[in-house]
Amino acid sequence: MSAQAIAFYILGALAIVCSALTIFSRMIFRSAIYLLFSLISIAGIYFLMEMDFIAALQIMVYVGGIVVLIIFSIFLTHRSGDKLPCALTKRSLIGGIIALSGLALSGWIILRNTFTATNKPAVDLSIRNIGRQMLDYQQHGYVYPFEIISFLILAALIGCIVIAVKDKKE
Amino acid sequence: MEQVPLAHMLILSTILFFIGIYGFFTRRNMITMLMSTELILNSVNINFVAFNRYLYPHQLEGIFFTLFIIAVAASEVSLAVAIIINIYRKFKTIDIEETDTMKY
Repeated sequence: MSAQAIAFYILGALAIVCSALTIFSRMIFRSAIYLLFSLISIAGIYFLMEMDFIAALQIMVYVGGIVVLIIFSIFLTHRSGDKLPCALTKRSLIGGIIALSGLALSGWIILRNTFTATNKPAVDLSIRNIGRQMLDYQQHGYVYPFEIISFLILAALIGCIVIAVKDKKE
Repeated sequence: MEQVPLAHMLILSTILFFIGIYGFFTRRNMITMLMSTELILNSVNINFVAFNRYLYPHQLEGIFFTLFIIAVAASEVSLAVAIIINIYRKFKTIDIEETDTMKY
């Protein structure tokens, strides 16, 4: 077993354990910190797959933006030291059945299926190449979804301000 | 990276996905439900990147889908945090069992 495979299994185990702790922890702040470690180990898996750009983006957007935003909202809505209430028994039963059956079904399909890779030569994964193809407006270009995403982010920005602004009358 | 089979990568992302599903069903706090949604989106990203890397290395489509999913996730989280803070101002709680004004 090579060093890369060992690193992958360690990072994968770390990601799974940290996500499980995110879901099962009763302290909400700890749960956010576990989410942070889970996202970082997933970024490590991207680094192992030589997807450097995606890994950097994962660390920048998820770890630097989303987790910080979630921690801010925890500070605004919770007193420190409060424990979360337990899950309802009926709901945890239903959720467990759905999750386990889905896991069994997808795992069965994945292990039965044989994947065939193409023999074509690999494309260069540099940021320059990714940016060129993304802003290409001819064949295989992604400039139209790119523009739509920029509109979506602008709409989300304005929507956040409109939703979270405080009325002066209250 | 060729030593790790693709199936192990897919099983890792499946486990993460269903951990997220379980958390989404059982958690009662809106912020923790948001965290479960993040886990689900992340597992889908792993799937896209793994398929791109292993099966279709002559294309970049998996990278583009991952980029768009990350952008949508970022805007979704910012909107959800705004909504959660607004709900907290009105109800003084973000437990989904207690914010049921529109249910009846």
